[in-house]
Amino acid sequence: MTQSATNPPVGVDPVTETRQQSRVWKKFRSHKSAVVGGVLVAFFVLIAIAAPLLPIPDPAATDWGAVRKAPSWDHWMGTDEIGRDVLSRLIWGAQASLLAGVVSVGIAVLFGVPLGVVAGYFGGWTDAVISRCTEALLAVPFLILAIALAAFLGPSLTNAMIAIGISATPIFIRLTRGQVLSIKAEDYVESARAVGLQTPRILSRYILPNVLPPILVQATLTIATAIIAEASLSFLGLGQQPPAPSWGSMLNTAKNFLNQAPWMAMWPGLSIFFVVLGFNLLGDGLRDALDPREH
Amino acid sequence: MELVDLSLRFRGQPNDVVDQVSLAVGQGEVLCVVGESGCGKSVTAMALMGLLSPDYSIISSGNLNVGGISFDLTRDALPREMRGSRVAMIFQEPMTSLNPVFRIGDQICEAILSHGNVSRSDAMARAEEMLKRVGIANPAQRLFEFPHQLSGGMRQRVMIAMALANDPQVLIADEPTTALDVTIQAQILDLIRDLRDDTGMGTIMITHDLGVVAEIADRVAVMYGGQVVEQGPVRDVFENPQHPYTIGLMSAMPRLDRPGGRLAIVPGTVPAISNMPDGCRFRTRCAFATSECERRPGLSEFAAQHSVACHFAPLEENIGVTA
Repeated sequence: MTQSATNPPVGVDPVTETRQQSRVWKKFRSHKSAVVGGVLVAFFVLIAIAAPLLPIPDPAATDWGAVRKAPSWDHWMGTDEIGRDVLSRLIWGAQASLLAGVVSVGIAVLFGVPLGVVAGYFGGWTDAVISRCTEALLAVPFLILAIALAAFLGPSLTNAMIAIGISATPIFIRLTRGQVLSIKAEDYVESARAVGLQTPRILSRYILPNVLPPILVQATLTIATAIIAEASLSFLGLGQQPPAPSWGSMLNTAKNFLNQAPWMAMWPGLSIFFVVLGFNLLGDGLRDALDPREH
Repeated sequence: MELVDLSLRFRGQPNDVVDQVSLAVGQGEVLCVVGESGCGKSVTAMALMGLLSPDYSIISSGNLNVGGISFDLTRDALPREMRGSRVAMIFQEPMTSLNPVFRIGDQICEAILSHGNVSRSDAMARAEEMLKRVGIANPAQRLFEFPHQLSGGMRQRVMIAMALANDPQVLIADEPTTALDVTIQAQILDLIRDLRDDTGMGTIMITHDLGVVAEIADRVAVMYGGQVVEQGPVRDVFENPQHPYTIGLMSAMPRLDRPGGRLAIVPGTVPAISNMPDGCRFRTRCAFATSECERRPGLSEFAAQHSVACHFAPLEENIGVTA
């Protein structure tokens, strides 16, 4: 007992060992599926960003000599019903999908988190009003709400992002509110009030940083949901408008040629599958790495 | 600082959890508030600081006088500007009383900046000075450390530094040493005493540890069931306790000068606030209770500055008991 107390294990620096960042990072790295998720997400982000630089044909260029051609050396993933290169459309479509995921979740976080903080911290009537509205929104299925809003706003990628963002907002309001309720009972919040700090400072410096980890996890997972939602909206013609490429609209046209040209549906379908899988694994890994109970 | 006649109850409860409590602390004086868990000590302190949420508690009477400015606590709480600058508070749990995501220096600065019109670098210098003053070695380096890098005793010192950074007139310490081991406890008490001597601040120390009281208090207020049952100079209360509850507390304390035998106990437990007896709240546990105790005893002065809320005080003459 005394020996183990006086001789710490060799190679463990007690200071860096307790640093939270390095601990979280270590834990995240040891989580194999999280790393796979991270790599998948990184891959799609990379090709989306690099799309203009890659040696691929214009995604909107038609070629009547190569309609619905199977994968070949000229067209690695084949061509679609008007002779456009599927690989090129897939890569440019990744931009639309990821943008839709990130921007719509950004909108949801931007509105949801402050509303949740206000509801949780102030309680009373403010909380009652915000919470009842949240519950009303949550009562409507996510995708139905997004479709209704997108139809109302008019079909375009921007409107689809807004619609998805609004539909995802109540999730963040509720999560944040719950976190704030537990954080505001912490002693350090009480002592901040005893020291006489202004409420906005308590909210921004004491409450917000301490509720962020679960919100980060939720945001990652919601990006996956938002990507599916964007694909669904585009499939229904409410998202990305032709001729601009998007995975959802590619699936929509592909469904008419499933027998003759299955590659038209296969690649965008696989892409959606892998990018969503990537975000979900990443989210799960972050959740485990950031969970203080498991330290 | 003087608190007069504070009464408050929690929503949904019929009885007051703090019942007509009056406390006063002068410059350079240490007042200890003692009593067992749940007797309303901490709630009183929270009410003083204006930290109770009106969603859960209703203050039905009470006046607070701080350095000549008085407030009707039923209408307005201690304003934010005075919290931390005139009246400061430190808490029981140093381990959780600091924000885990910010450096020590930033947190002390925050307290200074929220009350004074000073630059950030001045505030940082002041923070360093305060850390030095509360006995932290290497203050310049500690400023840049996170709370989890400090021990419990050091964190409590940081809390004290933060509380005193704005030169408050009154410090409320809510069981500041309960979570610390005895060596650190003695150091923290010494520190509070030294700072009191230096700054002349009044201190209200809430504790259930009579050892702490004997160590540091000038005056002591004993609380039971939300009421002050006995109040007076620490020597008088310890040597000549008058309320049966105080007598019970004193005899329940292990003593080195009277070894052997079992410790006396106060029979029973504190009744839940919802079924507190009318009249004297201690009568269900009191050995001397009679029908007269169904009438509430007022807190009356029994000797110079020593007052007690019992119909039979002084006990020695009236019933023939001595502590």
